[in-house]
Amino acid sequence: MTARAAISRDERRVWLIIAAMALASLLLVPFSQALFGLRFTYTVRVVALGGAFLGLLSGALGCFAVLRRESLLGDALSHAALPGVAIAFLLAGRELSLLLIGAGIASWLSLRFVAALLATTRIKQDAALGIVLASWFAAGIALLAYIQSIPDASQAGLDHFIFGQAAAIIESDVRLISVVGLVILCLLALLWKEFKLVTFDAEFAGANGMRTGLVDTLLSTLIVVTIVLGLQLAGVILMVGMLIAPGVAARQWTQKLDQMVILAAVFGAFAGGVGAVISALDSDIPTGPTIIVVASALVLLSLAFAPSRGLLWRRLRQRSNRRAFAARNTLRDLYRYALAHGAANSPVPDRFIRGVRDRGAELGLRELRGAGHVGLGEGGWQLSESGVKLARRDLHNQQLWEIYRLYAHELDLPVMEEDREREITSLLPADAVAKLETKLAEGADP
Amino acid sequence: MQSLTNPALSIDDLTVAYHEKPAIWDIDLDVPAGVLMAIVGPNGAGKSTLIKAALNLIPRAAGTVSFFGEPYERARSLVGYVPQRGSVDWDFPTSVLDVVTMGLYGKLGWFRRPRKAERDLALHALEQVGLVDFADRQISQLSGGQQQRTFLARALVQDAQIYFMDEPFAAVDAVTESAIVNILRQLNQRGKTVMVVHHDLQTVAEYFDWVTLLNVEIIASGPTLKAFTLENLQKTYGGRVSSLHGGQLLAASAQ
Repeated sequence: MTARAAISRDERRVWLIIAAMALASLLLVPFSQALFGLRFTYTVRVVALGGAFLGLLSGALGCFAVLRRESLLGDALSHAALPGVAIAFLLAGRELSLLLIGAGIASWLSLRFVAALLATTRIKQDAALGIVLASWFAAGIALLAYIQSIPDASQAGLDHFIFGQAAAIIESDVRLISVVGLVILCLLALLWKEFKLVTFDAEFAGANGMRTGLVDTLLSTLIVVTIVLGLQLAGVILMVGMLIAPGVAARQWTQKLDQMVILAAVFGAFAGGVGAVISALDSDIPTGPTIIVVASALVLLSLAFAPSRGLLWRRLRQRSNRRAFAARNTLRDLYRYALAHGAANSPVPDRFIRGVRDRGAELGLRELRGAGHVGLGEGGWQLSESGVKLARRDLHNQQLWEIYRLYAHELDLPVMEEDREREITSLLPADAVAKLETKLAEGADP
Repeated sequence: MQSLTNPALSIDDLTVAYHEKPAIWDIDLDVPAGVLMAIVGPNGAGKSTLIKAALNLIPRAAGTVSFFGEPYERARSLVGYVPQRGSVDWDFPTSVLDVVTMGLYGKLGWFRRPRKAERDLALHALEQVGLVDFADRQISQLSGGQQQRTFLARALVQDAQIYFMDEPFAAVDAVTESAIVNILRQLNQRGKTVMVVHHDLQTVAEYFDWVTLLNVEIIASGPTLKAFTLENLQKTYGGRVSSLHGGQLLAASAQ
């Protein structure tokens, strides 16, 4: 019961963060207008919207790349898009949708190429990705250089695909992005359980009758389309950051896939929006790097402060564990010594307890004293009434666990994991506890 | 649906090769319905490969496989599978209940989402493996034994006729081992056919009534009492088995 409550509290916290980030993204424009006096022309609004929407898409899809450990594949796919852009330009001229289709085809072909390399040769995945990334990107750069040597003004801006340039985004682009993006999101929702199972355990999915090859190709294709849409904004070099960073950041905050994807989407929208706005204000600031800086900041913040997985939280938990551990051991030492020297509350010489536990005793005594379980009297440390009670209960609990280990089978008790830090009486049904108590009273020697 | 005359699993001339080297070679195997069978053999003998090839998870170089006389494509719903525990990322963001529910995705088919009925089935399976209290736990918090039982529960909700389990006993605690044995026996009593890749030769005779000894080729297959002999074990593992296990094994199978 308590476990359920705790989980829903965690979940609520994540929804809260999601809402806050979404709000921050929405208020971005009026906020920066009011605070920095930025002038929001129609163009800047369009760019902000496009950036946010692309960030949302790549954040959501990127989660699957992260979870499938295919971050590097995303990097190779985006680099491989460059020759597609150049070839499309040579064949059809500077028409964005055609350039993107060229990028998509090249990227998708590189995906199949990597798969073919892995299937037919003994090249390992990382090497195959490295080869494809470098060679296709090099081909793209060479083609771009060739295009620039053609005396024709229309090639201007093609190199924006390398680092991304938000200012180039116009309203029709945003419309294209939204339509394709909506289709992607709908497919993601429809095929949610298929994508989840293929990502978690493709082998089982296959044995369970799912057409994993098809699902896999669909998911990869959606990722390729997302990458291609984002190229204009983030550029082929840094697109992988836009894909991966929001997912990595979101993973720190939640333990549920649906929350992770939604949180990554709002993180991505925030980073994309902020990056696009900043770079739209000054055409000298490239968009891709700006977005990545914002996204990386989100990753760093998440790694540091996210509860349970964050570094800060883990450090705090370690400290509190160490204290609880020291307190428990010190209490046992005190109790044992006191019983051996008369009564449970007989004083225990300071030198003894420090001799047994050294620094642990220092920590444990401070904890116990703070909780009022022990006091420093004439002859040394003395357990208070509550301290004695606690020590008795702890000892009893340990004894019951011993009995459980020895006789669980004989007494036909429910099978459960041993966790001696917990009260066994709260883990077993009443009749099982009664059986243990009887066995203990009979003087079974644990 | 299933004819009694057909064996639960029938494999003919099955060969699988990785990079020209045969992993399993010319396998002929008939497993009668209702047996609890161990697949044993040394490392690299092709035990997992045999299972994966039977389930169409890896390409076959040659051979056919049928379940109750039907090819795999027609018999999918009859087959349940417990992959090796180490084959997935246990840090995946999901809960125990969710993983078990995945066993029902095949029945649900495209697009449909699991609802309360599926949730109840999954909870029932968790009860059988003693993990019902862990339903809402994150899978990253499970011990190895609990992970194995989660996979077992996921196979149970599949409600299959034939089960393949790839090393369910590998590195698990005593609680889990006894839970798995209990489940195996229950499945066996309900007439299911269960095939288990197994490593602990000492428990073969105790847990299983049928055994297949495999080392790239089938060495022997049949009732444990007949097939699980010192001679067959030596053919499978080489001479070293006699000094290691031979005495105890024969003592166990003589009981």
